[in-house]
Amino acid sequence: MNCDEANVLMHALIDGELDAGHAREVEDHIAVCPVCAARLREFTEFRQAMNPAALRHAAPASLRARIEGKLPAPQAAASRRSVIKGFAFGATASALAASGLLAMVMRGDDDRRVLGEVVSAHLRSLQAQHLTDVVSSDQHTVKPWFNGRLDVAPPVVDLTALGFTLLGGRLDYVDAKPVAAIVYRRRVHVINLFCAPAAGATRRKAAMESLHGFNVRRWTENGLNLWAVSDINAEELTEFGEKFEAGLRG
Amino acid sequence: MMAGGAADWDDGGKTARFKALALPHLDELYTLARYLLRSRSDADDAVQECYLRAFRHFDTFRGGPIKPWLLAILRNACHATYAGSARLVYTADSAADDGVRPPLWSEAGDSPEQTILRRHSTDTMRRLIGELPAEFREVIVLREINDLSYRDIATVIEAPIGTVMSRLSRARTMLREAWIAAEGEGEAP
Repeated sequence: MNCDEANVLMHALIDGELDAGHAREVEDHIAVCPVCAARLREFTEFRQAMNPAALRHAAPASLRARIEGKLPAPQAAASRRSVIKGFAFGATASALAASGLLAMVMRGDDDRRVLGEVVSAHLRSLQAQHLTDVVSSDQHTVKPWFNGRLDVAPPVVDLTALGFTLLGGRLDYVDAKPVAAIVYRRRVHVINLFCAPAAGATRRKAAMESLHGFNVRRWTENGLNLWAVSDINAEELTEFGEKFEAGLRG
Repeated sequence: MMAGGAADWDDGGKTARFKALALPHLDELYTLARYLLRSRSDADDAVQECYLRAFRHFDTFRGGPIKPWLLAILRNACHATYAGSARLVYTADSAADDGVRPPLWSEAGDSPEQTILRRHSTDTMRRLIGELPAEFREVIVLREINDLSYRDIATVIEAPIGTVMSRLSRARTMLREAWIAAEGEGEAP
């Protein structure tokens, strides 16, 4: 790799957008090139000085009101069928888009694909009358059930007193690997908590994403990747995630 | 067929779904509009136009992340606002005349001097970003402020990922040089 290439790619490195192979190439160059090493340091420091939160603009409340006023008044909630139909279309479109993508492998692509898979698994669990393999509201029944079925011991936390009823557990598949699905209920809404061993980092801060009208909160803790998927709103799903994390720490 | 705004009817929760998906991104859309357009009222109009267009075309939205889809519509709305003019211009407006929100960056433990210093440097940074040519300004805002992945930026600006990378690299270089020059004038800490 030469300096011109490194000058461009070091930004992708800073942003965590390079796959392991390309990251290694940039790092190898920087290890032997003091000019590029200094440049990388300068940009890293400069970005730290940026303070993005302060550079944001908050939309005035009047604008939100104006927009809401121009949209037609809502009636019934979306039917499950229409959501599923939209989802099928989405999957096809994503597959087409993915096949035409350029060769460089970006970390974001992988995350996005797995996100699609967990939402898909969530939908399957609701459609196929196969929500739980082990039905129990007792965490001491659900947790041991996974013994011998998975090479991880998924965390099961009783959150009934906090408004999230434990329904049971299920073996599912995400990214062609078996994962634990722990099933909770909030009022009439189902929350699937998927749990799989994490390959890289042992800890990653929670991020909320939304796909096809479902919210997904993903985070990594104790070497486990966790995805909470549900159609409840983002606030309640955040609450679920935070209570689950708190419950884990005892 | 739909005069004026979006529509007067709602087929089975389309509005509810749209609101739940699209409205949480209002601040991010507004931020891009403010950096791309010269006035606050133009930004308001562009963001409103974006939401109405997005709602009209919501049936054609085929899943995936909605944020880049909305930002792409907004970007086109901003360009339409300035159709005919050579490029999008930006006039710096300081946080002081914002009036709508408390400063997010006054962290606990800041002395008044530090607070002033921080506000000062934030104003400078906003101005310097605003002075970048539009094609570099938009990638800086999308990446550094709105925290989009390269792939999502590529969707918004309708360019290949390679272009996103080279523009971002140039944009950061230009912005950093401008920042250092401003520092030299004693403007930044």
